[in-house]
Amino acid sequence: MSNSDENPKKSLFSRYGDRRKARIDELAAMSAPRTAPAPVPVGAGGPAEDLTVHESGTIEEKPGVSLWQSAWHRLRRNPVFLLGLTITVVFILVAIFAPWIAPKDPLQGYLIDKVRPQSNPIPGPEPGFPLGADHLGRDLMSRLIAGSRQTLIVGVLATLGGFAGGLLLGTLAGAFGGWVDSLVMRAVDVMLSIPSLVLALSIGALAARPSQWTLIIAIAVVQVPIFARLLRGSMLAQRSSDHVLAAQALGIRRSAIVTRHMLPNAMGPVIVQATLALAVSIIDAASLSFIGLGNPDQRIPEWGAMLGQSQRFIYDNPHLAYYPAICIIIVALGFTLMGESLREALDPKTRR
Amino acid sequence: MTTTAYAARADTRSDAPLLSVRDLQVTFQRRGEEPFHAVDGVSFDVRPGQTVGLVGESGCGKSVTSLAIMGLLPRRGNRISGTVDFDGTDLLSLSDGQMRDRRGKDIAMVFQDPLSSLNPVVPVGIQVTEVLERHRGMNRKAAMPMAADLLKRVGIPDPDRRIKDYPHQMSGGMRQRALIAIALACAPRLLIADEPTTALDVTIQAQILALLKELVEDTGTALIMITHDLGVVAGLCDEVNVLYGGKIVERGPRHPIFRTPRHPYTNGLLGSIPRLDAAGERLTPIPGSVADNLPWDHACAFAPRCSQPIAVCTQTTPELETTGDRALRCHNPVEDPR
Repeated sequence: MSNSDENPKKSLFSRYGDRRKARIDELAAMSAPRTAPAPVPVGAGGPAEDLTVHESGTIEEKPGVSLWQSAWHRLRRNPVFLLGLTITVVFILVAIFAPWIAPKDPLQGYLIDKVRPQSNPIPGPEPGFPLGADHLGRDLMSRLIAGSRQTLIVGVLATLGGFAGGLLLGTLAGAFGGWVDSLVMRAVDVMLSIPSLVLALSIGALAARPSQWTLIIAIAVVQVPIFARLLRGSMLAQRSSDHVLAAQALGIRRSAIVTRHMLPNAMGPVIVQATLALAVSIIDAASLSFIGLGNPDQRIPEWGAMLGQSQRFIYDNPHLAYYPAICIIIVALGFTLMGESLREALDPKTRR
Repeated sequence: MTTTAYAARADTRSDAPLLSVRDLQVTFQRRGEEPFHAVDGVSFDVRPGQTVGLVGESGCGKSVTSLAIMGLLPRRGNRISGTVDFDGTDLLSLSDGQMRDRRGKDIAMVFQDPLSSLNPVVPVGIQVTEVLERHRGMNRKAAMPMAADLLKRVGIPDPDRRIKDYPHQMSGGMRQRALIAIALACAPRLLIADEPTTALDVTIQAQILALLKELVEDTGTALIMITHDLGVVAGLCDEVNVLYGGKIVERGPRHPIFRTPRHPYTNGLLGSIPRLDAAGERLTPIPGSVADNLPWDHACAFAPRCSQPIAVCTQTTPELETTGDRALRCHNPVEDPR
């Protein structure tokens, strides 16, 4: 699959891009067997001689099981999925209810009196402050809890942005084909050949005044080519499918064929990718905040920024770095576990 | 409402052909490869209310013929020539948009695999109303009862409930019925059925054929039946066209073709069917496959597989010669069938 052996002159970047493309295409291939036959119950179809069959309920037929239904049946008993789901749900609940859960005001320096810039810059744990405070005397626990909200907002909005952009480009490419397809996909290839974090960093650095919004835009732009390529792949699979040909044979308009017959059937792998993209978005957001491309307002708690600020004190107080890092890892892990098991469950090749 | 729309055409059989295909040629051309004539000068007529069979084994060009008539072949990589005259208009000269307005309304098609031909994420009822909305300008609410009526007409029990079902919730036979309902929704004058029974159980096959026959007789719709199954032809078709290598090799009314096949290929097809009344006799299959074909240019494509080739078969192309209501393209016709 990898072309790196055939062409040793290829730069590190382009080999990296090839690997990502192969991975995206593999995901796209999932969408084709989405019409995999559901178990067909035996004995149905009314008698042909009598064209108007009135007796209702005379046909014994259990409804078949759709792909999503059977995936859910398997996911329900999958511990990996349940773990990912639990982490995700807890994280989302904490983020939503952060102001009510946080024991203290995350912005107020309660322990500022105990901060000694020379001898003891970081006040340790004490009653009411289970994890201690930061260098400005603010409650670390409350800041971690409040920080989840920023992470969720940035992660979700960036993924949604990337999803929307990818949906547009992928639909254009997959629906029209021809030169539109070539144009869009070559642009996407260029973007994919740049490592995502470097690209996000460059876009983030372009902004005159970094803010939460530039952060979101930077990460969304990075997600666009991934979604676009994925969707284009599964749109192409749909384009050559029988039911699209059947719709064409009925004279259905092209716009309706794209929106009603191709898109809904091509969405499966894209939705799975969105779950995985959330994890990537969260890590990318933390990385950009870490180097100061995030929200310039340092008072607002954000895990990546907290991690960045902790570097000044890391030799004597490594716990300042541990806590936000652990939060980032666990949340990203939660989304990844959920996304991966979802992908596996929907992959007809692994159906048991 | 539906019933009147159908009944209106019950007695429109006449001798003027509804569809007249003349010298249809479809050539697939890939860059750097020899052009391949998938359909090579096919001509036939379909009169209103008539059922015409296109018979042949895989790769003989029958499906390509139907897709060419429907205007569904991809633009790139192929050339289509000849005329497809439908009720006075040459379909091949129509623009994409004009053709799209005709498909589903004047000409409809039923495909081979009923499961993959239905959109898996849209309820069957919506797929019926979609056509009505498109060609009759109805809104969905008004189209719903008509859709239920259509499903009932094709023998789907409890249509009001079934209309909300997704394709995977239906059995194979019901799905094919639903597809037929969709194809007939706008009362087309011509229906093309591309091996509609191949993916079904034998019992369901018989039901679907009976249904098609009845609907065609009721509505006066002309039917082009594409099949490799001579049983289907025997039960349904008024006229049979046997295709080989993209050309028609034999044509005639159903009974004469079955009683006295003249072309060795037709004869071979009939000989390949197991018969109850000939127990103990070995089947006589046609040796080889379509891959053994000669080019039609200076020979008969079937010659390498023929049971009775003569020298001229590999030297000149046989012409399609018409005698009465039958036509034959053979240098050395079968005298003693089977």
